[in-house]
Amino acid sequence: MEIANIIFYAFIGITLISALFIMLTKNILYSAFALIATFLGMAGIFVLLGAEFVAITQILVYVGGILILIVFGIMLTNRGKTTKVDTKIYHKFYGILIATGFFYLLARGISTADFGGMAWMTNSNSSPSSIRHLGMKVMTDYVLVFEVIGILLLIALIGAIRIAGHTREEVEHVD
Amino acid sequence: MSIDILLLLGAALFCIGLAVVVTRKNAIAVLIGIELMLNAANLNLVAFSRFDGDQLQGQIFALFVITVAAAEAAVALAIVVKVYQHFNTADLDQINELKG
Repeated sequence: MEIANIIFYAFIGITLISALFIMLTKNILYSAFALIATFLGMAGIFVLLGAEFVAITQILVYVGGILILIVFGIMLTNRGKTTKVDTKIYHKFYGILIATGFFYLLARGISTADFGGMAWMTNSNSSPSSIRHLGMKVMTDYVLVFEVIGILLLIALIGAIRIAGHTREEVEHVD
Repeated sequence: MSIDILLLLGAALFCIGLAVVVTRKNAIAVLIGIELMLNAANLNLVAFSRFDGDQLQGQIFALFVITVAAAEAAVALAIVVKVYQHFNTADLDQINELKG
């Protein structure tokens, strides 16, 4: 067993264990931190799959941005009540039943479809992708989508600031 | 590394995210589950992109998914913070009035 395979399975283990910890823990802050471990494990898997730029973006955006936002959200929505930030787990039986049932369905589908044996997959020359190639693709073939996604992000951020920012006058007298 | 184990990992992460969304009533915990489900979808895209020669469509789509997830998280957390200021709780069962 070569070393790359060992690292690959180690990353899979990190991802799965921390994801299970998110499901089992009651403390929201712990689950936010376990989410960091999940994202880092998935970034490692992305690197091993030859998607270095996606991995870096994953770490920058998810770990550096979304996780900080979530921790801020936990901080702002748990003021003064208790010292713990627990949330109860409701409908544990049905939730886990639905999840395992759906997983069984997906696993059956994956094993039946047998993607690994398909012709375009076995004949593929999985060349190590370069970030340069990815950048050329984004700036030529996908430039319209790129611009649209930039505008979407701008609108979403302006909307977020408008919603969470200072209280609007028309709301103030209703409170 | 075969593609089946990656697809199974993606399915497992999606189902864990689904279980988190179903079993929690705190708005932020539900949001964490949604992020997990989005990331599971990303894993599938990148896994198929590896076997795609030099097309890289999967990776580019994964980048767009990450961007949309960032926008979604920003707006959702802004709404959660505002809802908490109004209702004094982030419990989704107690937020049941429409008219502010």
